[in-house]
Amino acid sequence: MYTHLRRFFTIALVAATCVFNLPARADEPAQHETDKVAQAVNEEEHKIEHKLEEHEAKFNIGEMIMHHIADSHEWEFSHGVAIPLPVILYSEDRGLEVFLSSNFHNEHHEYNGYHLVHGESEQIVPVDEARKIYDFSITKNVASMLISALILILVFTGVASWYKNSKGKAPKGFASAMEVIILFIRDEVVKPNVGPKYEKYLPYLLTLFFFILINNIMGLLPGSANLTGNIAVTMTLAVLTFIIVHLNANGNYYKHLLSPPGVPAPLLLIMIPVEIVGVFMKPFSLMVRLFANITAGHIILLSLFGLIFIFQSIVIAPVISLFALFLNFIEIMVAFIQAFIFTLLTSMYIGTAIEEHSHDHGHH
Amino acid sequence: MSLLTPNPGLIFWMLVVFLLVVFILSKFAWKPILKGLKDRENEIQGALDLAEKTRAEMAQLKSDNEKLIAEANAIRDQILRDAKDAADRTIAESKDKAAIEGQKIIESARETIRNEQAVAVSKIKKEVATLSLEIAEKVLHRELEDKGAQEKLIADLASSARLN
Repeated sequence: MYTHLRRFFTIALVAATCVFNLPARADEPAQHETDKVAQAVNEEEHKIEHKLEEHEAKFNIGEMIMHHIADSHEWEFSHGVAIPLPVILYSEDRGLEVFLSSNFHNEHHEYNGYHLVHGESEQIVPVDEARKIYDFSITKNVASMLISALILILVFTGVASWYKNSKGKAPKGFASAMEVIILFIRDEVVKPNVGPKYEKYLPYLLTLFFFILINNIMGLLPGSANLTGNIAVTMTLAVLTFIIVHLNANGNYYKHLLSPPGVPAPLLLIMIPVEIVGVFMKPFSLMVRLFANITAGHIILLSLFGLIFIFQSIVIAPVISLFALFLNFIEIMVAFIQAFIFTLLTSMYIGTAIEEHSHDHGHH
Repeated sequence: MSLLTPNPGLIFWMLVVFLLVVFILSKFAWKPILKGLKDRENEIQGALDLAEKTRAEMAQLKSDNEKLIAEANAIRDQILRDAKDAADRTIAESKDKAAIEGQKIIESARETIRNEQAVAVSKIKKEVATLSLEIAEKVLHRELEDKGAQEKLIADLASSARLN
């Protein structure tokens, strides 16, 4: 029931964001025109800069929200307080180039023939339009991901060392706190859904759960990156699930896919395409669910904070702050629920793909 | 909408970092943790099984003990009953014997009494005979002193007697 509510909020808020963004997008001349010269880009940049400077007079909530949930080449904690992050670019003619993003802090946002475009999301484009570059920069999201990876590795190798050093002792301290979650994932999520061969998939699923969880929670911290609300991240996770499911699926699964038993022949014309679409819809739904839930949560929170700046009223601000506090608690819950759901659904997909027997066809 | 277009650079890093995390955690974290958990579960299960077994053994022992006690009680009862029977029997035998003995004693006493009586009676008879003889002698002696009367009596007797 709660998921329905969330989904409703998600749709409503994505729609709301679109509406919010429409004026902003209309103001921006299309930046993606290929024949744009650097000068024109600069001019547009200046316009945007100008607009940003003006923002104290006219606060654009849509821009503010998009700026906060999008990726960035520097880690900005507050206006002007930012940690520069390394920019890594690859181009066929110049090879690998590494420099700090603070190099773009100049009048034209230009460095070494590259231009940092601030738009809905930041983008590094070569001044020379003919060149093609690949951006492998350590962006805010990548940096956040590295931190979360480090935390995960430190925490769980620490927990593991406890298990190595205190064999046969009662669980204690942090290890027992983690143990509860690990056991929950193992006994309530993985074991019943994957089936008897669950042990093979358990390390991946545990990592998946804790990776999503820690990034969901880190995303709620002020000034942090919105990693699990980034479609690239959720897409990668969903694709990995898809690959694992289809690498390990047995003949039964593929047979069911191409000739569902008990279906009359004429219906197969409809059923087979539906089944095949279903195969791709599963990871797609995983991708969208996590992305939309986390992004929507961030948009709700940012919208609330934005309201404070729109109303600029001492009466309304505390009320909105209280509401934002309440929503923050809900977001913490969502962080757990979404990590749980992603892991649960991945377990279920793996479970149905490796299921051995085929005598009960009642479920899918 | 830039929000919905995945950034290839981020996908690359995500793949690298996530797979690395999966690899490192699988090898250095999940393996020992899951093994530790499993070991402990097995240990606990083993301890529980052992407790269950011990309990069953205890129950078995208890029922054995009860059986033993019941048997012992039965045997004790048997022994007591036997002892009582034996005692009863002995008493009964003793009683019988005593009765017979008493009977015998009484019998012999009676015999003695009878003998004594017989002796006494015979003695009395002798005495009575002697006494009768003496009396008779005395009587006769006195009767025979009166000759007239004697002759009269003889005459009476002779007259009354019929000679056949």
